[in-house]
Amino acid sequence: MLLLTCPYCGVEADETELSPGGEAHLKRFGPGASDEDFEAYLFLRDNPKGVHLERWRHANGCGKWFLAARCTSTLEVFGTYPAQTTRPPEDVLEAIRAKRPGWEMPA
Amino acid sequence: MRRYSAFAIAREAARHHQGWERAWRSPEPRKKYDAIIVGAGGHGLATAYYLGKNHGLKNVAVIEKGWLGGGNTGRNTTIIRSNYLQDPSAAIYEKARSLYETMSQDLNYNVMFSPRGVIMLAQTHHEVRGYQRTAHANQHQGVSTRFISPEEVKKLVPIINLDGPRYPVLGGLWQARGGTARHDAVAWGYARACSDMGMDIIQKCEVTGVRSSNGQVMGVETTKGPIDCDKLGIVVAGHSGVLADMAGFRLPIESVALQALVSEPIKPCMDVVVMANTVHGYMSQSDKGEMVIGGGADGYNNYTQRGSFHHIEETVRALIETFPMISRLKMLRQWGGIVDMTGDRSPIISKTPLGNCFVNCGWGTGGFKAIPGSGWAMAELMAKGESPLAAEFTMNRFKAGRFIDESVAAGVAH
Ligand SMILES: Cc1cc2nc3c(=O)[nH]c(=O)nc-3n(C[C@H](O)[C@H](O)[C@H](O)COP(=O)(O)OP(=O)(O)OC[C@H]3O[C@@H](n4cnc5c(N)ncnc54)[C@H](O)[C@@H]3O)c2cc1C
Ligand SMILES: [Zn+2]
Repeated sequence: MLLLTCPYCGVEADETELSPGGEAHLKRFGPGASDEDFEAYLFLRDNPKGVHLERWRHANGCGKWFLAARCTSTLEVFGTYPAQTTRPPEDVLEAIRAKRPGWEMPA
Repeated sequence: MRRYSAFAIAREAARHHQGWERAWRSPEPRKKYDAIIVGAGGHGLATAYYLGKNHGLKNVAVIEKGWLGGGNTGRNTTIIRSNYLQDPSAAIYEKARSLYETMSQDLNYNVMFSPRGVIMLAQTHHEVRGYQRTAHANQHQGVSTRFISPEEVKKLVPIINLDGPRYPVLGGLWQARGGTARHDAVAWGYARACSDMGMDIIQKCEVTGVRSSNGQVMGVETTKGPIDCDKLGIVVAGHSGVLADMAGFRLPIESVALQALVSEPIKPCMDVVVMANTVHGYMSQSDKGEMVIGGGADGYNNYTQRGSFHHIEETVRALIETFPMISRLKMLRQWGGIVDMTGDRSPIISKTPLGNCFVNCGWGTGGFKAIPGSGWAMAELMAKGESPLAAEFTMNRFKAGRFIDESVAAGVAH
């Protein structure tokens, strides 16, 4: 069972307490954007086999959205962090690079 | 290829079964093929088969990183139906269902197609209205379905509990000509027929890169070296995002785990397939007597072919309300596959931004039923550049906003 620590309330929550929300750090586009940008925001996903930055909600806990760095081919968790950022904090990036040398943040 | 028949069984029995020939060759790859298909699941093999059978294209290789049929094709619960809501879906799924009816004869391979009938239970008033609408749509599409009463459901499924406390059975959408087939046999039958046409099925060979020049595909890199091709078909289900990345484009797909389980075998007790979409569970009984059970997909991106146990728990808990007699059954085994989910829950059979590179994916939780129809359409698209059955399933539909929204009709795994 997947365990993630909520960065807000500090609870180490198991999966039944959480709801997944897909890829994190999507660039948002709204009315007036090009069709390409709008499609990319709404539908296109990197869907990597490996390190995935993703959204979770502590649904049956404090209720807040947070972000996690996790490997989709081993289910290893590198760290969790608050949702109000455009990239993972340094300590999470370091944890990823230590285990996955050469990994780069997707564009 | 020596044909399978009752006579062949007698002949081989007389010589202690020493004379059966291998069903397919296992060749080393050649330098170049007219077409390469990546992925020897049902959809990849059916594509190769119809490239040869319908379009005379036989210089074809199917490249598989594991063993053929070892992906979702060998992991699914084999429900076959075509009672979808939207016209493009009804067309391709009904084509597939009708090809299943003659597949054993066509391939000279017993795929054990069993048109035992499929009921989708309506357990809320919303579902009653939804399925009545689907039944009406199906009439126009030439797909034979009918909305039936709770009493008719009970007659078809004596072990059902109609007045479950949370979700009473209010009726059902009945497709008498839906059913099941033997999943491995579908892959094996196509593989044997492809090999017999001279095609190379190359197992234990992973595609690690896609080579291109001036926007045209040139070939693939593999763990057995580079192989050239004129046309490339990517048919890898859960790994579609990985292959798309190699070919330089992105897809509207996320890969998640979907699980299933079977019980210990019991005496025959249910001779139709029952799906309960509100509670996310469905069940049929295999020829061996096991109750075959599936539910909804897991929620997060995953490539491990292992799901979370609480989803199994949820599925079983829900089904026990509707089928109280299964509450004492022991679970025999449980497994998972990685399914490719699109934004509108419909598949993609499409050209791609890379010239002469085609993709067939996004079948998600429900593509076993589509295998022959999908292969038929994909082969036509690869051979001729267009296919009426595939016309609406382009990857550009997400940009154009022309979704084929089946999330209402197919919101659950099947
Ligand atoms: C538990 C479960 C239950 C299901 N129940 C049903 C059901 O009842 N009815 C229904 O209609 N559908 C059902 N499905 C869905 C169905 O199984 C799939 O939609 C269908 O089998 C997909 O077939 P495919 O040929 O596209 O993929 P697969 O059979 O997965 O084949 C893809 C192949 O590509 C190979 N591959 C991947 N990457 C590479 C690479 N780099 N190089 C070479 N080869 C590669 C894989 O090894 C794999 O063998 C279910 C799925 C699951 C997991
Ligand atoms: Zn919390």
